[in-house]
Amino acid sequence: MSKDLKEYWKKNVTFMSFLLVIWAVVSYGCGILFVKPLNAIKIGGFPLGFWFAQQGAIYVFVCLIFVYYAYMQKLDREYDVHE
Amino acid sequence: MSILAWTYIMVGLTFSLYIFIAWISRVRDTKGFYVAGGGVPPLANGMATAADWMSAASFISMAGLISFLGYAGSIYLMGWTGGYVLLALLLAPYLRKFGKYTVPDFVGDRYYSDTARFVALVCAIFVSLTYVCGQMRGVGIVFSRFLEVPVNTGVLIGMAIVFFYAGLGGMKGITWTQVAQYTVLITAYLIPAVFISMKIAGTPIPQIGLGSTVQTGQYTGQYLLDVLDKLNTDLGFTAYTQPGAKSMLDVFCITFALMVGTAGLPHVIIRFYTVPSVRAARLSAGYALLFIAILYTTAPAVAAFARYNMIDTINDKPYAEAPSWFKNWEKTGLIAWVDKNNDGIIQYRAGKPFIGKPKFVPGKTGPLGQKIVANKLTSSPNELYVDRDIMVLANPEIANLPNWVIALVAAGGLAAALSTASGLLLVIASSISHDLYYRMINRKATEKQRLLVGRIMIGIAVCIAGYFGINPPGFVAQVVAFAFGLAASSFFPIIVLGIFSARTNREGAICGMLAGIIFTAAYIIYFKFMGGTKDQWLLGISPEGIGTIGMIINFVVTWVVSSMTKEPPKEIQELVSSIRTPRGAGAAVDH
Repeated sequence: MSKDLKEYWKKNVTFMSFLLVIWAVVSYGCGILFVKPLNAIKIGGFPLGFWFAQQGAIYVFVCLIFVYYAYMQKLDREYDVHE
Repeated sequence: MSILAWTYIMVGLTFSLYIFIAWISRVRDTKGFYVAGGGVPPLANGMATAADWMSAASFISMAGLISFLGYAGSIYLMGWTGGYVLLALLLAPYLRKFGKYTVPDFVGDRYYSDTARFVALVCAIFVSLTYVCGQMRGVGIVFSRFLEVPVNTGVLIGMAIVFFYAGLGGMKGITWTQVAQYTVLITAYLIPAVFISMKIAGTPIPQIGLGSTVQTGQYTGQYLLDVLDKLNTDLGFTAYTQPGAKSMLDVFCITFALMVGTAGLPHVIIRFYTVPSVRAARLSAGYALLFIAILYTTAPAVAAFARYNMIDTINDKPYAEAPSWFKNWEKTGLIAWVDKNNDGIIQYRAGKPFIGKPKFVPGKTGPLGQKIVANKLTSSPNELYVDRDIMVLANPEIANLPNWVIALVAAGGLAAALSTASGLLLVIASSISHDLYYRMINRKATEKQRLLVGRIMIGIAVCIAGYFGINPPGFVAQVVAFAFGLAASSFFPIIVLGIFSARTNREGAICGMLAGIIFTAAYIIYFKFMGGTKDQWLLGISPEGIGTIGMIINFVVTWVVSSMTKEPPKEIQELVSSIRTPRGAGAAVDH
């Protein structure tokens, strides 16, 4: 692999790992691990932990995929590997 | 017009639409048959993937499950959506760049081994077959409840429809019918949800209604979730929004196994071979999850509304005044009531009313006309048995919605079951006709022969699925855990390593896959079929969550064995670096 491509790949993997950390935090963190303390906080009629587990985590998942798509669009062009 | 007449109209219209689409998208070559010609636009692929993924279980059973489990049901919501993030970030773009027809294709080529291909092939078929049997059963149940035909006739009609459009159009026919089926199922899911949300919470958006205040009745002005917490606690259940007794580690493992299993399911993965480019693969994964999320964020609202409605309309009410939906479903045996204290009033409490599913004494009714249950009663004060599967189907009736809405729900349930069944059948057919027949048995087969074998395989797979739909083996519910556990412990690790580590070789992949599958399968078989008990669970992890451990074992074994044996040939390492960049992804190629 050329130097450029190595850099491209490294940037891709770094950004991806960052998104996966968010993925884990909203689902395993807010939705499971910290559900009890978060449930003590109320947003309208929603206990926060419950909201993350049944609504919030899913919204975040959708956003993560679109953010990754947009980032990779830019990165592909920057390193001239786009289709 | 009656519910029955409306249902015939709705089901008739939607079925005609599917057949019409199948006819205009019929195919003549294997590329069209396996990957829809590779030209499906991202938006359409997103809809098709959503329909492919959301099965009878998502449409019919999930909200019911959450309704009874409350917070504990979140594992399904997060588990069955979170996998798409893994799919979009770790798998879909690279598999698309690789650009072959099936999952065993990737495994066989990347690990330059027909043994690996064969192991992957067996897993793909097993996973898909266990899954498809449940779908056929779902079709039969919807038919019998709403069209008043016997379950078996319903299964046969479903088989004929699926065979027609999958056999004729292959992946192309399936893709475009799935687009139509997504539209039908999401409409059918949202309309009653919106109606009920208006009624209970006074807002047309169910996702907001879930956090709003109750509009009528004795709880007016209180938050719906607070009311449910209170009702649940009063009746002896865990509070609706709080975690139950399940160990945190087990909840972690189950959620993770569902996510990874979702990302490893072959019928979902192959959908990403059908788009024209890597960019389109990334984008369509986003659309797919968006379309899935519309249903998956509505489901918990439907669940909460249904729970409230059910307790509010029947608990502590005299049986004689029970609403008509209660008696309709009692006829089907999915609701049963035993008047333990002979007061003529329905008491709904925590605990099982009797042991097992209700078995009725034929031809005998109680003093109030209720069916008499032959099961052994428990000591619990609970008198009511409600099958979880009826919550979505009965919800429109419970909320007194117009007949056409109820008919629409029936058409939606059928769309969900049929779309998933067809995607699964295609995986089975292409695994055998492409991976086994063409790649391993007859490399000289002509286009025409391979297409014919593909169609024959769809026919055979439909018949097997139909057989199990009519004679469901007692273990259908158990094997679903199997499907996810196996997908998690077999495909996912070696596909990810195959992309992200060029050093992973044939020896590592084969050992890893076998170790993962054997461990997971042995654990599930021991606890589900050989009488293993809860206290023997490894670290308190249930068979549903063990795929997570199987996956870790697969990763470790693959990595260790790979680093001890010689590195893969040069052309494979080049293949790995080529799939990491999007440029040059032609249409899925034959080879």
